[in-house]
Amino acid sequence: MRSLLQQLQRRTPLGWLQLNHEKGRLLVALAGIAFADVLMFMQLGFQSALYDSNTRLNRVMRADIVLLSPKALNLQNLSTFSRRRLFQARDVAGVQTATALYINSITWKNPQTRVNATVQMVGFAPDEPALNLPEVNQQLDKLKLPDTVLFDRGARGQYAEAIAQVEQGNPVTTEVDRRTLTISGLFSLGASFGADANVITSDQTFLRLFPRRDASSVSLGLVRVQPGADPAEVAAALSAHLPSDVRVLTAAEYVQFEENYWRTASPIGFVFGLGTAMAFVVGVVIVYQVLSTDVNAHLKEYATFKAMGYGNSYLLSIVFEEAMILALLGFVPGVVLPIGLYALAANATALPIYMTASRAVWVLLLTLGMCTLSGAIATRKLQSADPADMF
Amino acid sequence: MAIAISVQNLNHYFGQGQLRKQVLFEINLEINTGEIVIMTGPSGSGKTTLLTLVGGLRSAQSGSLQVLGQELCGATARQLTQARQHHGYIFQAHNLHGSLTALQNVRMGLELHPERSAAEMLARSTAMLEQVGLGDRIHYYPDNLSGGQKQRVAIARALVSHPQLVLADEPTAALDSQSGRDVVNLMQSLAREQGCTILLVTHDNRILDVADRIVHMEDGVLKRNSAGVLTTP
Ligand SMILES: Nc1ncnc2c1ncn2[C@@H]1O[C@H](COP(=O)(O)OP(=O)(O)OP(=O)(O)O)[C@@H](O)[C@H]1O
Ligand SMILES: [Mg+2]
Repeated sequence: MRSLLQQLQRRTPLGWLQLNHEKGRLLVALAGIAFADVLMFMQLGFQSALYDSNTRLNRVMRADIVLLSPKALNLQNLSTFSRRRLFQARDVAGVQTATALYINSITWKNPQTRVNATVQMVGFAPDEPALNLPEVNQQLDKLKLPDTVLFDRGARGQYAEAIAQVEQGNPVTTEVDRRTLTISGLFSLGASFGADANVITSDQTFLRLFPRRDASSVSLGLVRVQPGADPAEVAAALSAHLPSDVRVLTAAEYVQFEENYWRTASPIGFVFGLGTAMAFVVGVVIVYQVLSTDVNAHLKEYATFKAMGYGNSYLLSIVFEEAMILALLGFVPGVVLPIGLYALAANATALPIYMTASRAVWVLLLTLGMCTLSGAIATRKLQSADPADMF
Repeated sequence: MAIAISVQNLNHYFGQGQLRKQVLFEINLEINTGEIVIMTGPSGSGKTTLLTLVGGLRSAQSGSLQVLGQELCGATARQLTQARQHHGYIFQAHNLHGSLTALQNVRMGLELHPERSAAEMLARSTAMLEQVGLGDRIHYYPDNLSGGQKQRVAIARALVSHPQLVLADEPTAALDSQSGRDVVNLMQSLAREQGCTILLVTHDNRILDVADRIVHMEDGVLKRNSAGVLTTP
């Protein structure tokens, strides 16, 4: 260890000196790497925002176990199952409550612009909290009035004025078909790719808004277990007890189920993965250009080093030293810029997009990999540094 | 007197198959330790080829080639690299590294030898540059040095590790006659001090007087192996 340190101390930092000598080339390389990093951060940021935002509603459901139709794909495509399964579920040992949740998309008139917009309507019986949103639970009484809804502050679209009015205590009205709805309260959840806005209402209002749905077919069943009962065991018991026309998942499994949909069944995960890969390739190409130009420019010097008795591995170490320096220096602006861009994107899209330490580490690793790969390709040119052709 | 270089029946070919062409024919040459030998000869006669073989930059194909007691004919690439660490090279072009200062360039000649500490390398490189008369330029980049100064840095780099053998291929070709002369004198005096052997290829008749012996290459054959010195042909 000590000798390694001494080795480093006595070694001329040739890679750094070479890079530093050509400041223009260095800046181009750093800009290129920063660019690739920013692209990767944006892609990965949107990707995880997609997963986060599309499981937000799933994660606030007040349930230990969730029942859903086997045909369910995601929140926007839940299909339905018979409410009778909820009654049956209540017979299973360990189950405390089993309540219905109704979810469907609906087109309403934006109360502010009067333009049609699609929102996600969530209905449940207001005598029992169905969501872990304290704001909603404090306003359950309002929902007991017919045609009354609570609206999401984090909704995407032009709702700022309407929200401000409700905030001041003035209910705002809007229309679905020819039915008038009153927004009498607010909560904070946030938009998702699948839903621009969430609207919470009572099961009664929900069923009036969707005349073709009846109370006996529900979207989700929220099961809470008795204190001390193990949700996994109860879920297994439910699975065994209930017919196969209903699926039983623990709360964690249900969030995973939603996330998996977006990961696999939708092209979005692939698109962002591809975007990240493209950014990686762009980075490799830029760094390769810089490194191979640098190797070419120094072929004579490298051949001279070989003639002096330096081995091939020494020349390789110069190129990789350069690659590592570029990766680390380029990463600095590459990680700072996205923080600002995330804030902009979060404002513009109402998506939960922010920097995380794990993503920063992951992109740093990608950057190191990117530069190492470029370096590895660039070192092939070292073969042409032949000291026999030097004299 | 010990023998630094011993070449016996050395042949060398370039190319393969139909294009195979012999450029060195039955070369025999012995150089004693401490000798300064100049090799002259027309262009294309094979001087550089012989020098690169002696220096371990090319692998010898047939015959025997012993340099500093090591047989280089049939040596592995690794052995050749090792052997090179004991030679000092001076090229026609200075081949200094443009991103390194004069001092850093010279230091590269020492870094190969792991027994030297950083402080020692610094001291020796500085002293070496002072010896070649560049004590006031040690932090200059090659771009800011004249041709003669650059070649002097290259000489300092070649000699700083006190190699037992110095090989030089037309070291004065890029220089005007005065700086050419200076460079050769410098090589001579440093070599005398360090007791090393020098094999020098040149076309420059004005510097032949530094040689203990002159050999002449013609069409791949060592024609004259004249002991003593020194008449211009
Ligand atoms: N890499 C090579 N491949 C094929 N032929 C070569 C190669 N290098 C040199 N030759 C040939 O070998 C012969 C000797 O070349 P060499 O460079 O040794 O001559 P030289 O005496 O150094 O000439 P000069 O004084 O011009 O430097 C020449 O005919 C040259 O064309
Ligand atoms: Mg030549």
